[in-house]
Amino acid sequence: MRCGGRAARPAWTGCWWGEDVVKPAPFRYLRPTSLDEALDALATLGDEAKPIAGGQSLVPMLNFRLARPGVLIDLGRIPALTGVHRTDGSLRIGAMTRQRVLELDQDIADRLPVLRAALRHVGHVQIRTRGTIGGSLAHADAAAELPALALALDATVEVASVAGTRTVAAADLFLGPWTTCLAPDELLTRVDVPLAWQRAAIVELARRHGDFALAGVVGARRPATTDDAGIRLVGFGVGWTPVRLTEAEAALAAGGSAEVVADAAAAGIDPIDDIHADAAWRRDGLRALVTRIADQLGVAA
Amino acid sequence: MNDLEPVDALDIELRVNGSAVRRRVPVRRLLSDLLRDDLSLTGTHVGCEHGVCGACTVLLDGQPIRSCLQLAVTADGCEVTTVEGITPADGSLSPLQAAFRDAHGLQCGFCTPGFLMTLVAADPAEHPTDGSIDALLSGNLCRCTGYQNIRTAVRRAWGRDDEGNASAGSDTPLGSGTSSGSGAS
Ligand SMILES: Cc1cc2nc3c(=O)[nH]c(=O)nc-3n(C[C@H](O)[C@H](O)[C@H](O)COP(=O)(O)OP(=O)(O)OC[C@H]3O[C@@H](n4cnc5c(N)ncnc54)[C@H](O)[C@@H]3O)c2cc1C
Ligand code: FES
Ligand code: FES
Repeated sequence: MRCGGRAARPAWTGCWWGEDVVKPAPFRYLRPTSLDEALDALATLGDEAKPIAGGQSLVPMLNFRLARPGVLIDLGRIPALTGVHRTDGSLRIGAMTRQRVLELDQDIADRLPVLRAALRHVGHVQIRTRGTIGGSLAHADAAAELPALALALDATVEVASVAGTRTVAAADLFLGPWTTCLAPDELLTRVDVPLAWQRAAIVELARRHGDFALAGVVGARRPATTDDAGIRLVGFGVGWTPVRLTEAEAALAAGGSAEVVADAAAAGIDPIDDIHADAAWRRDGLRALVTRIADQLGVAA
Repeated sequence: MNDLEPVDALDIELRVNGSAVRRRVPVRRLLSDLLRDDLSLTGTHVGCEHGVCGACTVLLDGQPIRSCLQLAVTADGCEVTTVEGITPADGSLSPLQAAFRDAHGLQCGFCTPGFLMTLVAADPAEHPTDGSIDALLSGNLCRCTGYQNIRTAVRRAWGRDDEGNASAGSDTPLGSGTSSGSGAS
């Protein structure tokens, strides 16, 4: 289920009062205070356990009993997972850093304004107070802004387990809808975002402010090198994962017309049909958005 | 709690509207249910229980959250404020509540506690325009009013006239200028 989307209310099974007023199916709960404790618990409990970050995607699924984990491992009391480490070239953002904290961070707004712009599209303020950057990436919703942004900005994530840590490029992280390459005993601990981008922008079409995008594009531009034209276009809400629109990037870098770039973008996606919009509508939306992004990047299209 | 032993229930301590609350709660108890059923604070309404309607909005350490998406155990040690906590003890209305009444910002009232809790935590400077007020209100659904009167109530509570003009200060939206969202509110 996509939280925020339409889902039928499940048949009522409990009663409205007293001890029985519970929505999630029974689970047990663990509250580690260090990363090692959390990783040990994940290794010991295996598939039975599920981490909970901000709960903004997981708790709706628990409430509907679409998820029935045996044990929830709360990442909320692990200091090492929170905060932003700033260097000249990058931002290293702890997985449990709340979306709202990042949105209000003036230094980030100055150095990477597209992050604040993207966060303002993520649900509503009440969701962002609790929702975390790591939770959004680990949840890997194809219509979500932050996974698309991570892909467009060549971000990497650090992943940890009792066996050690590894670094995964955003391009390798998202395997399918709500599916990442993380193993059940691994945690996403950090997101590293390079600051090499001169310009970056995000645009999306949604039915209401804060709803998941029906179609969206993140664009970014940095100086070209010999093997990289320095242009990124990533579509979201138009496939099963965020998709890099490489042909449109190439067309844009080659100075193609708006028509050519839009055609290349539309040819690069396989959009879904659902109750909110059909594939043709999403494709048309993407064409319009790509043209708008090219304009905002200051690259003629 | 023994840190490495998963548990079914937990002793938690929090402050609700300024009063200390200690309870042993099943770990699957939602904060919304703790408030309504265990503490009889029924001003917090529950509409959808999946984070969409905003009726259950309360403050957690001063920030607005969905109480239906918060396990009570994860509020352990926190300060919770509900609509009961923003109402003056003498039973009168706070200025924000009075603005809702005066501007007809409510009809059935089911959504009202959620709107009020979103708004008490908001910084008017972050929402200088009507468009940015609408973005703020987008996290709360109202089936009755059509939102116009709620927006009017916000303008009045924030000292703006009924055209939305701030009596002081600028009207420039915050933000980078690199974002353009679409979709009507
Ligand atoms: C009404 C509503 C509207 C929303 N609208 C949007 C929207 O427009 N755009 C958008 O992008 N999102 C939207 N969201 C989702 C929101 O952004 C969530 O915050 C986010 O998807 C999940 O983050 P979380 O911290 O709450 O994670 P949780 O819900 O706690 O976890 C989500 C999943 O990720 C796993 N997980 C979490 N953290 C880690 C970690 N560090 N390592 C490994 N696994 C982890 C959990 O086990 C779980 O499977 C919306 C949510 C709601 C309720
Ligand atoms: S009841 Fe919590 S958002 Fe609807
Ligand atoms: S006043 Fe009835 S739902 Fe808002």
